[in-house]
Amino acid sequence: MELNRRGLLAATPLLMTVAEAQAQGITPRRGGTLTTMLTPEPPVLQIGVNNQGPTIVIGSKMFEGLLTFSPTLEPIPVLAKSWTISPDGKEYVFRLQENVKFHDGRPMTADDVIFSVMKFHTELAPRARAIFALIDTAEAPDPHTVKFTLKQAFEPFLLMFDVSACGIVPKHLFDGLDYRTAPVVQRPVGTGPFRFAEWQRGNFVRLERFSDYWRPNQPYLDAIIYRIVPDSQSRRLAIETGQAQLTQANDIEPFDVPALRARPNLEVAVNGWEYFSPVSWIELNHRVAPLNDVRVRQALSMAVDRNFIAQRLWFGVGKPATNPVASTTKFHDRNVRIAGFDVRAANALLDAAGFRANAQGVRFTLKHLVLPYGEIWSRLAEYLRQAFRQVGVTLELESTDAGNWARRIGAWEYETSVNFVYQFGDPTLGVERTYVTSNIQRVTFTNTGGYSNPRVDELFARARSVPAAADRQAAFTDVQKILCEEVPQIWLMEMAFPTIHDRRLRNVVTTGLGVHTGFGDVFLAS
Amino acid sequence: MADFWRRYRRNKGAVVGLVVLILVVIMAATAPWLFPGSPWDMASAPFMPPGEMGMWLGTDSLGRDVAAGIAHGARISLLVGAVSTVAALSVGVTLGAIAGYLGGFVDDVVMRFTEFFQTIPSFVLAILLVAIFTPTIGSVVAAIAIVSWPPVARVVRAEFLSLRSREFVQAAEVLGKSRIAIVLGDILPNALSPIIVLASLMVASAILLESALSFLGLGDPNLMTWGFLIGSGRSVIRLAWWMSVFPGLAIFVTVLSLNLVGEGLSDALNPRLARGRA
Repeated sequence: MELNRRGLLAATPLLMTVAEAQAQGITPRRGGTLTTMLTPEPPVLQIGVNNQGPTIVIGSKMFEGLLTFSPTLEPIPVLAKSWTISPDGKEYVFRLQENVKFHDGRPMTADDVIFSVMKFHTELAPRARAIFALIDTAEAPDPHTVKFTLKQAFEPFLLMFDVSACGIVPKHLFDGLDYRTAPVVQRPVGTGPFRFAEWQRGNFVRLERFSDYWRPNQPYLDAIIYRIVPDSQSRRLAIETGQAQLTQANDIEPFDVPALRARPNLEVAVNGWEYFSPVSWIELNHRVAPLNDVRVRQALSMAVDRNFIAQRLWFGVGKPATNPVASTTKFHDRNVRIAGFDVRAANALLDAAGFRANAQGVRFTLKHLVLPYGEIWSRLAEYLRQAFRQVGVTLELESTDAGNWARRIGAWEYETSVNFVYQFGDPTLGVERTYVTSNIQRVTFTNTGGYSNPRVDELFARARSVPAAADRQAAFTDVQKILCEEVPQIWLMEMAFPTIHDRRLRNVVTTGLGVHTGFGDVFLAS
Repeated sequence: MADFWRRYRRNKGAVVGLVVLILVVIMAATAPWLFPGSPWDMASAPFMPPGEMGMWLGTDSLGRDVAAGIAHGARISLLVGAVSTVAALSVGVTLGAIAGYLGGFVDDVVMRFTEFFQTIPSFVLAILLVAIFTPTIGSVVAAIAIVSWPPVARVVRAEFLSLRSREFVQAAEVLGKSRIAIVLGDILPNALSPIIVLASLMVASAILLESALSFLGLGDPNLMTWGFLIGSGRSVIRLAWWMSVFPGLAIFVTVLSLNLVGEGLSDALNPRLARGRA
């Protein structure tokens, strides 16, 4: 109920949330310093040079994209105040805000946008490179208008203009230099509501209010301090005792969440990840018999109790996956669902497939490479081993470290494992890569399982190139039906991360990017 | 033998230690009957406190019975302790005997080799070895054996050095006995008592080492051990104290009893030292 109400309100643009605060009789209050945490400490704070989670969390306060996205992934204006798309879906024209300044006082213009898109992010980020390669020409008819002409229609194009994918950087401080080593990388300069002040490595990063910020009266806070606290129990203590007013992403372990939920001065939100929408799954290597048998994959999928995983292992942070496309993403079809938890049906299916149990009740043995991202993933592997034993399948666990895990997945040297990837709001951006034949590569986070179905390839290709959302929906619905039937990977959970904050801190999660937004409207009520 | 037992009995702590140790061994041996089925099976609701729903020691985060985990874990912990000690002894005794009996250049080479291992912090070396060879029961046992043989080699060498110049050894040499026969038949039996005492203490430290490795997540992921139980309970200790406390007690009691037994053996095997202490 709580989640629904928040979801509905947050669906309307940013200003509504301020209106919400005012409706409750609280006018945004100027002043105050927000102390929060950053885990782990990023190597640099320059968005683009590093695009990992922590850099985006802090970088999104200093940089802005042209757009941001609501929890239902509708675009919300940021640096672009409006935009038009031609009927053939090839021409995108953005009208920019006119009074935007970088932190060094220089105005932000169309040149900076074109530089950021065509050069900066295209050179630095593989994800941006793949999509921006579709741009045929980028023009600036006037200093506050940018026109992109695409080689072919690409409906999810707008999703690439958020700060996490394409933060706008100052052309005058990067052009002609090596982007990775330019002096400004050490003291980032963006257009965001907060500017870089100080970074004591291993200790804290301090951002201070940018007084020339383009939105009137914002930001409300004087400063944000990101403390580096490597130990999860210390982070929990910091939020419990009020030394910090906000935690995000991986700061707090799921098993600590129930206790923090119970504290009256704290609010726990698990929304605000709709844009990323990571889905976890049991990664199956289709080259290993009997995983190439669809009945085996269906049976293993039915042997897993996803409610148990979501409730008992993740303590309700996240929810059971129902199909390969996260339910928070566009084009998820809620009517297409994988078969539910049913041990008896799973056993019957394996019997029918001819996998008889031996005297010990074992049909066959599979190896499982445990995802080395912390304890909770080890518990998940132990759960899966017990769940598979119910259907006569022995899972032999192998431990490894993070580097070796990524190498072995990339080299196809595994039988089963667990994996999760961000979906970036659109199946073309985040789902396609795991299932299409053309992406079977010896690289982590591609179609490492080796699933191949020409019909699926064709449907994904059609969804990628047709301009109309309705046509894309039809293709994605068919894809979801086929994938749910063939179970190329065993989807487990739509993951979420807890955002825990002091109740006096307002407007923390207002969009589908949650804590990865500027915080210009965030304030500390008295 | 009766004499030995009489001297052992004089140390009350050692008798208590022996009784506890026997109980632990019985628990390990009867675990499959006490707790049928796998200790990994979900027996009840997760996070049940001790005493509820027939789980005397509570359940863990997946609803697994902590008591079953401790009983089955005893098998692995004791097995690892025993096997790694035997392995460490065979290496240590061999090298120590060669160095002590031959002396001279061979002694120098063997001792420098031993010191090489002794200068590396043993726990760090064990972690490194297990991490390189991927955690399995075999690699854990091997790592523990590799880090625990040097003290054995040094003790055995010292014993051999002092024994080899005794008259009975010289007599054996004059009689024309082969070197191997002298080492195995004459010197080793006389050097046995410190080795036995050392071995009982090594079993204790091997159990601790294995638990520490499992605690850090470097145990065999397919085997239930005490260290694994504590490691998996550590992060939820504020939610479920029983998950770490009971396996911790099991380790504490077992290691303490092994140490007491070791002390009793030392007293019984070296009567003069024991009298001196009394």
